[in-house]
Amino acid sequence: MSKKEPKLKFNAAWELAPAPEDTKHISIKKQYDLFINGEFVKPNSKKYFATYNPATEEKIAEVADADERDVDKAVKAARVAFNSWSKLSGAERGKYIYRIARLMQERAREFAVIETMDGGKPIRESRDIDVPLAANHFFYYAGWADKLEYAFPNRNPKPLGVAGQIIPWNFPLLMAAWKIAPALAAGNTVVLKPAETTPLTALKLAELIRDSGLPKGVVNIITGAGKTGAAIVNHPDINKIAFTGSTDVGKLIQKSIAGSNKKLTLELGGKAANIIFEDAPLDQAVEGIINGIFFNQGHVCCAGSRLFIQESVADVVIRKLKDRMETLRVGDPMDKNTDVGAINSKEQLMKISEYIKIGKNEGAEMYQSSCSIPKKGYFCKPTLFLNTSQSHRIVQEEIFGPVLAIQTFRTIEEVIEKANNIPYGLSAGVWTDKGSKIFNLTTKLRAGVVWANTYNKFDPTSPFGGYKESGFGREGGLHGLAAYLEL
Amino acid sequence: MSRLEILKTYKIYIGGQFPRTESGRYYPLKNKKGEITANICLSSRKDFRNAEVAARGAFGGWSGKTAFNRGQILYRIAEMLEGRKEQFIAELILQGATTAAAKQEVELSIDRMVYYSGWCDKFMQVYSSVNPVASSHFNFSVPEPTGVVAIIADENSSLLGLVTAIAPVIAGGNTCIVLASESKPLCAVTFAEVLNTSDLPGGVVNILTGASAELHPHFSSHMDVNAMIYYRNNKAEIKTIKENASLNVKRIFVYDQLNLNAASAQSPYFILDTQETKTTWHPIENIGAAKAGY
Repeated sequence: MSKKEPKLKFNAAWELAPAPEDTKHISIKKQYDLFINGEFVKPNSKKYFATYNPATEEKIAEVADADERDVDKAVKAARVAFNSWSKLSGAERGKYIYRIARLMQERAREFAVIETMDGGKPIRESRDIDVPLAANHFFYYAGWADKLEYAFPNRNPKPLGVAGQIIPWNFPLLMAAWKIAPALAAGNTVVLKPAETTPLTALKLAELIRDSGLPKGVVNIITGAGKTGAAIVNHPDINKIAFTGSTDVGKLIQKSIAGSNKKLTLELGGKAANIIFEDAPLDQAVEGIINGIFFNQGHVCCAGSRLFIQESVADVVIRKLKDRMETLRVGDPMDKNTDVGAINSKEQLMKISEYIKIGKNEGAEMYQSSCSIPKKGYFCKPTLFLNTSQSHRIVQEEIFGPVLAIQTFRTIEEVIEKANNIPYGLSAGVWTDKGSKIFNLTTKLRAGVVWANTYNKFDPTSPFGGYKESGFGREGGLHGLAAYLEL
Repeated sequence: MSRLEILKTYKIYIGGQFPRTESGRYYPLKNKKGEITANICLSSRKDFRNAEVAARGAFGGWSGKTAFNRGQILYRIAEMLEGRKEQFIAELILQGATTAAAKQEVELSIDRMVYYSGWCDKFMQVYSSVNPVASSHFNFSVPEPTGVVAIIADENSSLLGLVTAIAPVIAGGNTCIVLASESKPLCAVTFAEVLNTSDLPGGVVNILTGASAELHPHFSSHMDVNAMIYYRNNKAEIKTIKENASLNVKRIFVYDQLNLNAASAQSPYFILDTQETKTTWHPIENIGAAKAGY
C-alpha cells in the first residue's frame, strides 16, 4: 500500500464525552476471608494479599491466602455436605440453583462493576456478556438437576463427589458459573478457587450463595495463588478436578493426579485460526476479526489470534482492519464507550510486550492503533503483525493479549493444513458466503468450537472445549453434565 | 507317506503389511507341555513409531469415509471372522482354552463386531444435538473422532479382548495401534489377516505383539498419539501412562476390571470415549424479529 493513501479520521469531528459507570452503589469490603462451610472464616496462615484495579493500579481489597489446612477444611466441609446434597431430590437441588440464578440477575449491575474494577475488562462486556451469561448458566443447569436420566440414554448417572475447581482471571464470574452450575446440578459439592488477580466477583458470589440459603458446605470458595491450587489438586479426598487455564499448568495437573482415580477435565490454551475467504462479506468479516482478537483485550483462550486472509483480498481486508482498529476506544474500562480495557495485570502486560518484541525480532511487520493510552494502569494498544509465517513464535504460541498474527493463503487445502498445524485445537473461525465451503472447512478443522461467519459467541446450551492440547471435556449443554457424573 | 505340515510365521501388522519386527527380536510361545508352538515378534519402540505413522496417515481417509461405509467394512470383518472360525478356535485351544470356551469366545467376538458395525452410522445421532442458543444463531454439536489411539489390549484374552478394544475405536472413525496379549498372541496375528481381507484400509488398525512392560512408556509418551486405552491392571503401568499422557494432553481410558464376556463390555459409550465434540455456530436471519407473518 502506498503511504499517500488517505486515511479515515473517525474522531476528528467530535470527541465522545467520558461516560463512566457509577460505582457508588456497590459494596466491597476491605478484607475478604475464606468461604468455607457456609461462612467466611479467617485463613489458617493469617495471611492476606491485595487485589488491584489494573486500570488505576489502586488496591481494591485484601483477600485471604488459603494454605493446605484451609483447603483440607474446605474439602472436609464439601465431603460432609455431599452426603445430604447428593441425596436431595433433583427437583429440590434445581430450585436452589434457580435461586442463585435469580439473585445474580438481581445484583447484576454490582457484579458487572466489580468485575470490571478487578479485572480491567470494559464495563460494556461485563454488563452485557459476563454477568448475564453467568446467571443464564445457573438458570440453564438448574433445570437439568431433575432430568439427568434423560441426558444419557441407557445410563443411571451418579454424582462423583467433591469437585475441586480452579478458574482463570479472564472471565472470573463466568468461569465460576461454568464450573459450579453443572457440578451442583449433577449432585456434587464444590471447592472453587478463583485466580489470584481476580478474586472479588467469586467472593461476591460466595456472599450471594450464603444469602441464597444453599446448604452449608455445598459450595466452598477459597482464594490463593498457585500453591493453593496445587493443594486442591493433590488433596486425596477430591474426586474430580476441573481446570481452566494455561496448557502448561493443565499438563502439570494431569501429571500430578496420575496416581489417583480423580476424574479430570481441562479447558486449556488456544491459538485459533480465523479464516477469511475472498467470497466472504468483508465488512462483517472485519468486525469478526476485531471481535475475535480484541474482545476482552485478547484475554480469551479461544481468541482468533491467527488470521488467515485469502491472498486476493488481503490488501483490502488489511486496510479495512487498520481503519477499524483506529476507531477502537482504548482506555478506562469503567467508561461505557470503551472497547478495549486494561490488561489484567502487570505480569500479563510484560508477557504481551515481550511477545511484541519477539514478533518484531522475528521480522514480522507491526502495526498498532494510533490511539493514546492512559498513563496509569496496564494498557496495550491493539496490535497486528503482517508477514508472519507458521514458524514464528507469535504464530505458534498463545499470547493472551490484543496481538494478531496475519498470514495469507491461496487454496483451501493450504489453509486447512496451516490452521491445523499447531498443538492447540480449541476454536476456529471461517468467513465465506458459500455454504458448501463452510461445511468443508468446519468438518476438517480440528477444533472444538467453529464459528462460521461469526466469532466469540457463547451460550449455556452450547458445549465448549478443545481438541488436542487445548484440553478435554466440554462445558455447557448436556455435554457439560458428563464431566460431573459417573455414567 | 505322511506329509510335512507347513508352519505359520507369526508377524506383526503395520500399514496393511505384515513385516517382522524391525528389531529382529522374538519370544517363544510355549504350550502347556512346554513345547515351543511359535516364535512371536517382540516389537520395539521403532515398530510402534512406524505403526503410528501408518495410523496417522490412514486417519484422514478413514475418518472421511461415510459412516455407512465404515459400518459395511466392520460387517465385512465379522464375515471374514466367521469364515475363519475354526482356525481361531484351534488357536485358542492351542493357547490353553477348552473347546467350549474357545467356541464361545470366537462367536462372541464375531457378534461384537456386528454390534459395533451397526453403531457406525447411529451413535452420531444419539450423541449429537442442536443447541437452542439465546441468539440468532444455528448451533449444533456432533462427535468427531479423536485421531490416533494407542491400545494395550487385555492380557488374558487372545481374540475377544482385541475385538472389544478395536471395534469401538474404528467404528468411530479413529485409527489405532494395538498391543496384543503377550501370553496369547496367536489370534492377534490371524485377526490381522482377517482385517487385511476385509476392505479395511491399511493403517487403520496396526497390531503389534510384545511386552507391555517395554512398550507402555512409548505408547503413552508419543506426541502424535491423541488417546490411549489400557485394558490391564498393572498399577505402576497405569500411573506411568497417565503421567506420560500429560506431555501432549492425551485422553486416557483405563478398563482394569472389565468383564469381556458381559453385555456391559459393549456399548456406544465406548465409542464416545474416543470422540471429541465439535460445536458449530452460524448466524441466522431472524425472520421472527422482522414480524413476518408467514
